[in-house]
Amino acid sequence: MIAEVGHYALVLALALALIQSTVPIAGARWNDVALMNVARSTALAQLLFVAFSFTALVMLHVTSDFSVVNVFENSHSMKPLIYKITGVWGNHEGSMLLWVSILALFGGLVAAFGNNLPLSLRAHVLAVQAWIASAFYLFILVTSNPFLRIANPPIEGRDLNPVLQDIGLAVHPPMLYLGYVGFSISFSFAVAALIEGRIDAAWARWVRPWTLVAWIFLTLGIAMGSYWAYYELGWGGWWFWDPVENASLMPWLAGTALLHSAVVMEKRNALKVWTILLSILTFSLSLLGTFLVRSGVLTSVHAFATDPTRGVFILLILCLFIGGGLSLYAWRASALKQGGLFAPISREGALVLNNLFLTTACATVFIGTLYPLALEVLTNDKISVGAPFFNLTFGPLFVPLMLAMPFGPLLAWKRGDLLGAAQRLTAAGIAALIIVAVVWAWTYGGSTFAPLAIGLAIFVISGAVSDLAERLALFRGPFAVSMQRARGLPRASWGTAFAHAGVGIALIGIVCETTWNSEYIGSMKPDAVAKLAGYELKLDGVTQRQGPNFREMIAQFTVSLDGKTLSVMTPSKRNFTTRGSSTTEAALLTRGASQLYISLGDTTAEGALAVRIYHKPLVLLIWWGPVLMAFGGMLSLSDRRLRVGAPKPAKASRALQAAE
Amino acid sequence: MTRKQRRLTMIGGSLAVLAVAAGLVLNAMRDSIVFFSTPSMAAEKHIPAGKRFRLGGLVQPGSLVRGDNLAVSFSVADGSAMLPVAYKGILPDLFREGQGVIAEGALDASGVFKADTVLAKHDETYMPKDVADALKKQGHWKDDYGAKTRASAPTQGASK
Repeated sequence: MIAEVGHYALVLALALALIQSTVPIAGARWNDVALMNVARSTALAQLLFVAFSFTALVMLHVTSDFSVVNVFENSHSMKPLIYKITGVWGNHEGSMLLWVSILALFGGLVAAFGNNLPLSLRAHVLAVQAWIASAFYLFILVTSNPFLRIANPPIEGRDLNPVLQDIGLAVHPPMLYLGYVGFSISFSFAVAALIEGRIDAAWARWVRPWTLVAWIFLTLGIAMGSYWAYYELGWGGWWFWDPVENASLMPWLAGTALLHSAVVMEKRNALKVWTILLSILTFSLSLLGTFLVRSGVLTSVHAFATDPTRGVFILLILCLFIGGGLSLYAWRASALKQGGLFAPISREGALVLNNLFLTTACATVFIGTLYPLALEVLTNDKISVGAPFFNLTFGPLFVPLMLAMPFGPLLAWKRGDLLGAAQRLTAAGIAALIIVAVVWAWTYGGSTFAPLAIGLAIFVISGAVSDLAERLALFRGPFAVSMQRARGLPRASWGTAFAHAGVGIALIGIVCETTWNSEYIGSMKPDAVAKLAGYELKLDGVTQRQGPNFREMIAQFTVSLDGKTLSVMTPSKRNFTTRGSSTTEAALLTRGASQLYISLGDTTAEGALAVRIYHKPLVLLIWWGPVLMAFGGMLSLSDRRLRVGAPKPAKASRALQAAE
Repeated sequence: MTRKQRRLTMIGGSLAVLAVAAGLVLNAMRDSIVFFSTPSMAAEKHIPAGKRFRLGGLVQPGSLVRGDNLAVSFSVADGSAMLPVAYKGILPDLFREGQGVIAEGALDASGVFKADTVLAKHDETYMPKDVADALKKQGHWKDDYGAKTRASAPTQGASK
């Protein structure tokens, strides 16, 4: 019963989406307020129905109703409750349902909080949103219905892929989807603006918070996924340049560019055409990511769907929206008026530079990800483009970007003073050089590249700090005045500083982990001792345990440093009986920002245990960086300007622009 | 600066960055791309020793030998040819005899494939066999084995 009701709710959501796709557009044409307002109520009703449908699927999973194919294939009655719930989006059908639910959520949010948008703009935005939604509802209903029944219900399910039975799965996909799908809003706004042929600074003000929300979630989602891979896959690697990872990185890079170009548009009414294009591209890359993951065209860690009809269907959606969006752009973009002149050396210039490097870096990732696919289709040659390719292309492009990063916020709008900015960055530069010298001396004879990279990271961080110090007039006047300024400083400025510092912090983590990572791989018998980076790890013994739906072999290690016992680490190997597969549960010991990492291999005939032990210096900074970036984003989002004054009719806001 | 000069500066700068990026991409394409081969393809192409490639196929049942200090050797077969592989380290969880595997490395002088990475391919979705077979017939099976092994290997996905 629940399954049928859920299915029916989904069909009704499709019907509502179809109404929402057409009626408001007609309303905007005829200037009919009632028809335009249909968009609002249908968007909210659609959200209600799809949420109901999603809840129904969750219910089916929680109650282990194995008469439903989706539940049978991905659940097991013995599975802990939390994984019964997260298993809903651990499979193709459920994750697509989550995708449309989030799409409807964003549409509903625009409908609920977009009261101060011009009526026709809101109608258009929601209509475009409904086009996307209709396409994906159809996709689900036609090719991936999660509510299908089995004629003869089995007693027990097939269980969820053990690798996915982890708390990481509870958080990672929803976060990532909130990011991916969040960019649909900027896409819809861009298409609406192109249809209306009107775009102004106020438009950027509406778009920016939505882009920012999506960007925050995507940043956290990617970081979360990376940490999940790090501890769950048992290899100690945190980024594999896997096509699926790249699929999430590309919208992030484009979204970061969009975030910055929207600032130029909002403040200076320039870069309009470019911002529109970026909005379209960012969401196109999100769709591409969905296609790559969901169609199964890639053979990769994440590809758990292999069904050609689905692939072709998503490809059609992809072509329709990307092709349609870009054609509309080509047709209408010339109608948008250019504005806001600026010199190459200026805040705008710096943001253009940022956009240039981010989009180019994004393009190299795009080539590296899709080239093997294209080659396979064209010549049947199978190649793999791995980490070396990306390190050689993506890396060099990020160096100038990060060098320029501290200068941006210090330059004035319209015409900047590069020399002045450089002078204000002297302290940051000196700090960076000192760090380079110290690290180089400390690791004498080691890598020459690592000290320089750390110096760059320090430059970025201290550059962010000097920007704040500059704005607060710290050390130049009484402390009380600085405090007062700190309170008055726009939250967006704080956000910029935190986000930029986050990039530097992540870079330190990346460099330290890749350069000074040490590992011990060998077989150990009980009471054997492994020495690594000053730590002594003694294998105490191996025990067996029965978990809810698996058997577990746990090894116990006592970790000591300089003869003092620090802690006990218990890596394990789990055998999942239902699927006959096993997972490696790595044990982590955190020391400051560094970690010791143990994962187990096979047991040999003589009772020795294969182990892999890593010492990863400052590895946690890799994820603290993105968390700081997201925090910066949240600060910026809470800015009064975006929260209160944002949506004003275009005319009024144009008058206000002069005062800024 | 006039408007035109400004625009030219911008366009010139963008083109310079794009040219650098294109250079980087082409350079990286030349050096860091690894081709995929099955044992029979490797035999056909006469891949020289020391040239890196990805070897894919099934682990020949009964060929796995564990040596001292985590050294392992096994053979990868694709139905018509077989290639011995030497690896040192821990094999992935899903590595099994008779199952699919991808190894990355290069041939040495004696014709043994020295692998530095081993990825196991495995069945994650437990797709019913007839569905899998149908997919294979349509040629949509995204796996890298030769036609002969396809019928016997309902595997997909690579796991690290």
